[in-house]
Amino acid sequence: MIAMNVNLVQHLLLNIEETVSIVLFGIGFTILLLHRNLIKKIMGMNIMDTATYLFLAAKGYITGRAVPIVVDGIQDVEAYINPVPSGLVLTGIVVSVSTTALMLALTIRLYERYHSLDLDEILILAKEEEQT
Amino acid sequence: MSRKRDNYETSRWKKFKDWLDGEISPLDRGMEAREAFFVKEEVSAEPIRQETEGPELSGAGEEERRREVLRARGIRYFQRFYKVMSVALCLGIILVLLWTVASLPITGNAANPDNNEVAARYIERGLQETGAVNIVTGMILDYRAFDTFGESCVLFIGSCCVLVLLRLDSDSKNESIRKMIAESNDRHYEPKNDLILQKCACVLVPVIMIFGIYIVLNGHLSPGGGFSGGAVLGSGFILYLNAFGYEKMGKLFTEKLYKRTTLCALTFYCLAKSYSFFTGANHLESGIPLGTPGAILSSGLILPLNICVGLVVACTMYTFYTLFRKGGM
Amino acid sequence: MSFVQNFPFFSIILAMFSGIVSSVLSGKKARNLSLAMIVVTTVLSACTLGFCLRTGESYTFMMGHFPAPWGNEIRAGVLEGVTAVLFGVVMFLSVVGGIAHTAEDVEDGKLNLFYIMIDLMLSSLLALVYTNDLFTAYVFVEINTIAGCGLIMIRQKGRSMSAAIRYMIMSQLGSGLFLIGLSLLYDVTGHLLMSPAKDSVELLVATGSYRLPLLVIMAVISVGLAIKSGLYPFHYWIPDTYGYATPTGSAVLSGLVSKGYIFLLIKIFFRVLGYGNLVESEMVNVLYLFGITGMVMGSIHAIQEKDTRRMIAYSSVAQIGYIYMGIGLGTTAGMVAAVFHIFAHSATKALLFISAVGLYEVSGDRKDFVSLRGAAYRNPLAGIGFAIGSLSMVGFPMLSGFISKLLFATSALASPHKMLLTLFVLAVSTTLNAIYFLRLVITLYSRPREGDRPLPDNPVVRRSWELKFAVICFIILNLVLGMASQPIVQAITDGLAMFD
Repeated sequence: MIAMNVNLVQHLLLNIEETVSIVLFGIGFTILLLHRNLIKKIMGMNIMDTATYLFLAAKGYITGRAVPIVVDGIQDVEAYINPVPSGLVLTGIVVSVSTTALMLALTIRLYERYHSLDLDEILILAKEEEQT
Repeated sequence: MSRKRDNYETSRWKKFKDWLDGEISPLDRGMEAREAFFVKEEVSAEPIRQETEGPELSGAGEEERRREVLRARGIRYFQRFYKVMSVALCLGIILVLLWTVASLPITGNAANPDNNEVAARYIERGLQETGAVNIVTGMILDYRAFDTFGESCVLFIGSCCVLVLLRLDSDSKNESIRKMIAESNDRHYEPKNDLILQKCACVLVPVIMIFGIYIVLNGHLSPGGGFSGGAVLGSGFILYLNAFGYEKMGKLFTEKLYKRTTLCALTFYCLAKSYSFFTGANHLESGIPLGTPGAILSSGLILPLNICVGLVVACTMYTFYTLFRKGGM
Repeated sequence: MSFVQNFPFFSIILAMFSGIVSSVLSGKKARNLSLAMIVVTTVLSACTLGFCLRTGESYTFMMGHFPAPWGNEIRAGVLEGVTAVLFGVVMFLSVVGGIAHTAEDVEDGKLNLFYIMIDLMLSSLLALVYTNDLFTAYVFVEINTIAGCGLIMIRQKGRSMSAAIRYMIMSQLGSGLFLIGLSLLYDVTGHLLMSPAKDSVELLVATGSYRLPLLVIMAVISVGLAIKSGLYPFHYWIPDTYGYATPTGSAVLSGLVSKGYIFLLIKIFFRVLGYGNLVESEMVNVLYLFGITGMVMGSIHAIQEKDTRRMIAYSSVAQIGYIYMGIGLGTTAGMVAAVFHIFAHSATKALLFISAVGLYEVSGDRKDFVSLRGAAYRNPLAGIGFAIGSLSMVGFPMLSGFISKLLFATSALASPHKMLLTLFVLAVSTTLNAIYFLRLVITLYSRPREGDRPLPDNPVVRRSWELKFAVICFIILNLVLGMASQPIVQAITDGLAMFD
């Protein structure tokens, strides 16, 4: 049992980039789900997205190899890291920019209307506003 | 007779009929019970509150404030539950995923499953097939161009949504919106004429612009591309706006220009990629020369596509800024 | 290669292109362009469906010059064709039915932006239906989410905007989980296209390596898409979202958006993870449990609700529970029933939302039960539409809901472990459905009383022909799904067989 645990921790330490990114993902996910402040929720969302990109970037890396830009006409697989995750991260970043902008815009509108950033409070106020 | 009537009033049939008419809800009783529970909690908490905020609780607004307290009490109740829940959930997710990571292949190992024939072909034949020295650019704008087109559409629809939320139309019939425009108009503070900022901007803006253009144009040769270059260009516009104000920026960049640029860039992108998808799927020659790899005019459609993406991103970044600042250009 | 095979690609690009062009058009022109585009894409999808039925097999379509593991791909088969046609029809009728209200709820200067959302929504739905690439699916899921959020918050009321931010938060949670699931899957298989990824997954299962990551991938992707489609414990955003959007928005969101995610989930199950592996890993049982809980709890919430529009929204929670219950049965018959219920529900729920609007407008735009009393006499066609929609939801013979319930029951009989529970929950849920839907129908057809709150003196009545047209077409669609179900069920069965 202990040997297995040591093994597990060793593996996690070898995979330190992924371990860190997974921990960040969990933190971001929880903030987005359970924090009541809208700005902090958006920050949580960004932490979560960025953690995923870190995870992907770590997956593409191969020790000792160069960025995938052809130099001196060398086109050997042994020379460059995996280009696919880098491309996915690029696409993902644009998506996350758009969603962040949209959420911030919504937050601004809600704040102008209810003078609060607390989601629970906003929901209660919106309900009351409709009833009157 | 009257007894019978009483029976009817409390009978199930009457209840059913009331419910059918939308006057009562059969499950309301459960809700009431929960409310009563909260009231009890609140009563026990009341003396403490009165000690601290005693003087304020008297007067006409007492009833309202009591309700406020009740609500705060309910929320606080949830809050404690929330905190425990959030920590438990966070740890749960992290532990499950960590356990997964512990059995994933190790980072940086060349024998990992993701370093397979897909990546190999991109590296080995990317230069010949796409003409791009930067393999990542070649991949996202040629091999997997449909994703990237989708990504530009995400940016486009994101900016449309922000426009819906934040643009204030001056010809709007709605009174409150017109009031908002008056409030948000920060133009009378302009020009601020901050000399330091203006001088710095004079030096920096051309450099930033040229650097941005360089990144966009060299996307297929070196690190960079439409998105990063566009973001740099957009930040140059924003700096210029902050230094010299809307008056001067308005001469250069209007909403009409924004719309037209986005439309032209995205239309070109859409048509060019449709052509390439159509020819590709029907096994036709696309007839677009790839040029000599490494030259600036090479790699077929990648350069014009990068310029399009760069324009869209630069305009969108600048529009986001102006919309967030005062709801229009 | 036949020219017809290009049509799925044309329909996606056409929808996107009309969205892009709409950004400079006036509201009216954007609307006409959007309607024309929906008709054309539906016709194109129908041609694709005809082609696939004639040849009897599916085909993949290269998006670019590079074949399968390197370039993007889309794939069309019978099931994709049927789904795309149905989505197109429901989208068209929802937009047509809500035209008058859309013009009223949305500011004039922003009307074209509304139709941009509709265009891009349709293109993303088609892309989700046709995609053969996991990362393409992720990108279009995001377009779908943002467009959905746009359809909610374009109403610019306090309640709609708070609903929109809630929707956005829940959707982002789902997207985050989906993306991390994709990353993990890419990590262990090295592929993003569905067919090669499936080969790798099968190899991994056969050799027994990476068993835990595969299990987590299945869980994370299922939960991510389940959150986005509003399965029971993750349903909190549904009532507000469907209740306070524009009528078109409600119909599209409830009828199509959540169905698009479920369709993608089914596609991933069959074409990537392998349905057999899911059944073996007990993952389907989790979905099954969530599904049956949702069937009961959604209905109970709906009974509690006083606002009728929120009531219809809660009934969606129950119906999505049905779909997941079918997926969770773990048999092909259950899956066929689930897919048929996707169709039945999207046709019926859109009918309910659109005809409910016709009833609200003759009741002074009030949505509670007392105000709606007798509304069916004031707007007879909307009343009939609502009654037919309700009966279909309850499972009245000749209507689409009946067929799906029948399919669920017969497929339950074939799976011995879950038979009793499924049949019991089906019975309970049907009874609960009947309670709240028939209650509303009876309310609609009872005469107003003396003591009721009077209606406003001059209720704004917009008896638009578009609404009538949409309601009639939806009724016909429901009857077609209910009475000519045999070829559709056959097509679904064939289409699912082609997925492997």
